[in-house]
Amino acid sequence: MTTTLVIGLDGHESGERVLDYGKRMAGLIQDSELLIVYIVEWSPYSFQTPEENAERHKRREQEISTAFERVVNPAVEKLEKAGIKAKGIVRHGHVADILNSVAKEQNAEQIIVGRSSGRGLAGRIFGSSTSNLVMNAAVPVTVIG
Amino acid sequence: MRKFLFTMLLLVAANGWIDSALAQEAQTIDQQVNEIFANITGPFVSLIFAPIPGTSFPWIVMWLVIAASVFTIYFGFVQFRFFGHAISLVKGDYSDPNDAGEVSHFQALATALSGTVGLGNIAGVAVAVGIGGPGATFWMILAGLLGMASKFTECTLGVKYRNEYEDGTVSGGPMYYLSKGFKERGIPGGKVMAIVFSIFCILGALGGGNMFQANQAHAQISGIVGNYPGWITGIVFAAVVFAVIVGGLKSIARVTEKVVPFMGILYVTAAIIIILINYDKIGWAFGQIFEGAFTGLGVAGGFVGALIQGFKRAAFSNEAGVGSAAIAHSAVRTKEPITEGFVSLLEPFIDTVVICTMTALVITISGQLIVDPATGLYMTDGSMISTIDGNTGVELTSAAFGSAISWFPYVLAIAVILFAFSTMLSWSYYGLKSWTYLFGEGKSKELVFKIIFCIFVVIGAAANLGPVIDFSDAAIFAMAVVNIIGLYFLMGLVKKEFNSYSERLESGEIRKFKN
Repeated sequence: MTTTLVIGLDGHESGERVLDYGKRMAGLIQDSELLIVYIVEWSPYSFQTPEENAERHKRREQEISTAFERVVNPAVEKLEKAGIKAKGIVRHGHVADILNSVAKEQNAEQIIVGRSSGRGLAGRIFGSSTSNLVMNAAVPVTVIG
Repeated sequence: MRKFLFTMLLLVAANGWIDSALAQEAQTIDQQVNEIFANITGPFVSLIFAPIPGTSFPWIVMWLVIAASVFTIYFGFVQFRFFGHAISLVKGDYSDPNDAGEVSHFQALATALSGTVGLGNIAGVAVAVGIGGPGATFWMILAGLLGMASKFTECTLGVKYRNEYEDGTVSGGPMYYLSKGFKERGIPGGKVMAIVFSIFCILGALGGGNMFQANQAHAQISGIVGNYPGWITGIVFAAVVFAVIVGGLKSIARVTEKVVPFMGILYVTAAIIIILINYDKIGWAFGQIFEGAFTGLGVAGGFVGALIQGFKRAAFSNEAGVGSAAIAHSAVRTKEPITEGFVSLLEPFIDTVVICTMTALVITISGQLIVDPATGLYMTDGSMISTIDGNTGVELTSAAFGSAISWFPYVLAIAVILFAFSTMLSWSYYGLKSWTYLFGEGKSKELVFKIIFCIFVVIGAAANLGPVIDFSDAAIFAMAVVNIIGLYFLMGLVKKEFNSYSERLESGEIRKFKN
């Protein structure tokens, strides 16, 4: 059976280290696949102007294609070049929730993320996405510094 | 056709400009603006508010209430049977996780609410209670409950017949369902009605969605800092609106959209606190509302006076049957247009049944309205009920809140200004959608409307309340004339969707994604 590892990328420089670690893990497991996940932070309960609503679908498509172009596709290509099975997805929502639900839905063995996201005031008050994930995830989480 | 309409409008605008230039220079700017405005809009206002022959009841109010009752019966009291389902939809229980990132039901509702919750709930209710007495509240709640069915009908159609463009943006509203829906049913005249609706919607956007807001915002500010000419407030407001809608300064709009809901919650919380402080008067206040609803308790026009005021303010506040909400709701992403109909029926509930009632209760409980101790009836001064300090409109609400929480009038002033501003932004969008429906999309065409919109902010702030409120009400109600005719013809299509959806909901084909 294929072992799936979920790799959460957020476009920050720590992503390289996360990817390298994923690569090493994949090398250690016989039949493995890396699932690169990029999450566009989004809440269905935010307040928007009528104009933003009218353009939402268009923006969403743009957000997805930009994420694929800049982050997900280059990572997948890099892994494939190294002979590792990989695929990428982009989702909207809260980082911790979505990474967890993707891991559950794909029967993933573990989630690998960087430490960078969610610094600053909001991060101090509510905790960063990474710490939320560590606290709530259904599968083991590896955090790369 | 489009070119012709565009030229006509420019000519009318130019004509008004020349007239105003010729007006006597001795008058102040505010007086001039007021006089010209009242003269131009007078005949239109009289037509819309003409009473039913032999009574003092404006036909337009009857028109809205009858429509709301028809939809209520036709859809088998949908507003009560599907109220719980509407809340589940807003919570996202039925939202497909794969659609995350699209406009949610909650967002569509919140956006539409920020267009309707505003001065109608604060100043409008005070006008209704100030003339019609506490009894007006009863009729207002009834009209709000019935209006939920009108909203349901129009918003379902708004989503069903919206335009989705290749670039992924959407445009919806009565102009689209009137033209496309009528065509689908093989009824002629849809296009003409869509054009007439768009013209009224532009007037409504400039009136109730703009001038009334600017006017009351000025009243609030000058109430605090002292009297000064209205056009100054007008220019400041117009500059900010201009920065947002023309300059693309989205940050202001975003901040407003985020602050307004909290202001709304703060307002309702304050009202509840005041009501709880006076818990011993709650029973009495409801007694006044029920007794006043059927006897009038001495108000001008007796119980009919209370009824007219209640119905009129409810319609003006929640806009059910007017068609404006169908424009805001149509952006939602859903496979089932009817779901947005269910969600939209919460709008008159929140707006009228909850928020307006709070205002009315606070005014009643605070004892601002003077009762003759000998007879138990309200003392009147002309058509208005006498109040402690002679306050009317937004000042009456302010005094009522201030009697319990002394600093609240300052918070209220900020709330009023923000509500006014967010309502203006929403209506600038509704007006723009109608404008582009008439003249076609395009940057320069849009700019013309946006500039006209900003000019009207100045006029609204400078004019007196009387002519402004008359024109605002008239323009918004004129939209309802066209829209409701359309809804009668198209309600069969909504019924079809409604039956199919309820069957699938019952059979379990439509199920929750969340548990």
